[in-house]
Amino acid sequence: MSAPDINFTRIVLFTNGLVPATLLAWDAYQGKLGANPIEFATRATGVLTLVFLFLTLAVTPLRKLTGANWLVKFRRLVGLYAFFYGFLHFLTYTWFDKFFNAREIVEDVSNRPFITVGMASFLLLVPLALTSTNGMIKRLGGKRWAKLHKLTYVAAIGGVIHYYMGVKADTTVPLLFAVVLAVLLGYRWIKSRMDAATKNSTLGIQTPPR
Amino acid sequence: MLIKKPDDIKSSEITDKKLYLTRRNFMRGAAFAASTLATGFVYRQFAVPAPPPVKGEKIEHVQTAQAGAESFPPPPGEALTSYQEITNYNNFYEFSTGKSKVATAARDFVTRPWTVSVEGLVQKPRVFDLDDLLKIAPLEERVYRMRCVERWSMVIPWVGFPLGKLLQQVEPLGQAKYVAFQTLHDPKRMPNQRSGVLEWPYVEGLRLDEALHPLTILASGLYGETLPPQNGAPLRLVVPWKYGFKGIKSIVKITLTDRVPPTTWNIAAPDEYGFYSNVNPRVHHPRWSQAKERRIGEFSLRDTLPFNGYAEQVAGLYAGMDLRANF
Repeated sequence: MSAPDINFTRIVLFTNGLVPATLLAWDAYQGKLGANPIEFATRATGVLTLVFLFLTLAVTPLRKLTGANWLVKFRRLVGLYAFFYGFLHFLTYTWFDKFFNAREIVEDVSNRPFITVGMASFLLLVPLALTSTNGMIKRLGGKRWAKLHKLTYVAAIGGVIHYYMGVKADTTVPLLFAVVLAVLLGYRWIKSRMDAATKNSTLGIQTPPR
Repeated sequence: MLIKKPDDIKSSEITDKKLYLTRRNFMRGAAFAASTLATGFVYRQFAVPAPPPVKGEKIEHVQTAQAGAESFPPPPGEALTSYQEITNYNNFYEFSTGKSKVATAARDFVTRPWTVSVEGLVQKPRVFDLDDLLKIAPLEERVYRMRCVERWSMVIPWVGFPLGKLLQQVEPLGQAKYVAFQTLHDPKRMPNQRSGVLEWPYVEGLRLDEALHPLTILASGLYGETLPPQNGAPLRLVVPWKYGFKGIKSIVKITLTDRVPPTTWNIAAPDEYGFYSNVNPRVHHPRWSQAKERRIGEFSLRDTLPFNGYAEQVAGLYAGMDLRANF
């Protein structure tokens, strides 16, 4: 695939990322989120966080499989959307569920693994969002920055576990998310093993023929 | 030196730059609009608006709450939850695990003919035809709070009669200590019973004294009309001081027994759902606090009351019991 017009594609992606939030806000304004609008908004923003996290994690495999290296130019935008929806999800909890009562939040986070895992996963996204600017990449240096941003893997795994824990009995959808994540991370693992193997063979580490 | 071959495209055939730009803008506009619509469409698949409510049939001769001993008007300061919300936000896993999807999935559930077998440790076991069963005692309107274990609550005007009146008919034996209930098991009519999300059929249980308590009712209607399928038609249990899942729906069998009957949610997650499951703001669910609840239709949270506000009537049933251990 040839590279598309970067600026135009960015605008398209930016707008598309806002579509779910806009529809959610519109439905809320119209009173069409069902009997328990806050529960709906909490779930929707939570699922959207995972969706955007997965999209950022899909960039590397897609690049390597298709050679479409320009995809990386859009990763920051998609990643920031993951943070945006994660923040909305965090807000539905701290505001509409706990009404910013710090004591209740601390009690929840320290006593309930379901909340602990969710909160930790969200907090992991904060340094990633803060270091997403060009200036920060420069200041950290590419290598260190890349290392830091591997936290995305941890946040995504934590997010899926949090989703699984939150479901009462029908675990179909969380398990589906787990499978997708396993593919996205599994690809990286296998690829790194294979790269290591070819590196070894080009170095001439071979068993002589018998 | 190479001599350039004349171009095979005549200059007259080269698209005018202006036209090229409008065409490009048009394509971009189309790509922009199409992708946005597609994203919106995908989002909409997960956020389906509630269908219009299907009305039940009017139930004749319902005794409205009378003044006096057992009076059940709406609690002061607590408005009735709307019919639309009561009938479109349901936990009824036999049809769907999505609370807003149950109404649609259960729409064609046929509840006649229907029989309820009352058996076990009783003098006179009997299979009741539903219409006979509903004539055992006068149907009354009972406005109860309903507190779901998931932290939401409603105020529902049920139509029903005390379970005790039915149990009187079959004359429980002295050894009977518990009452077990069972939902219909018929995957053809309850399609989600084909899934393994819970063990089917759904079963629930009460201690005999809980079952005989005057607040415990069998409900056949709400808002003066027959129960819609999604709310547990044609007959369900309502125990207002316990979490909602104790109120087993679409009952086909009631068994009196001398041992603690198994209960579906306790089987699914024994550390989360106990046999008693009395509403208790001090005993928390492992995944959330039970101190507060969201009343459907309200923005701020309410404090959850011990025994869901019915402590005066029922706390005596549990005198001397450790409610933390017997959650």
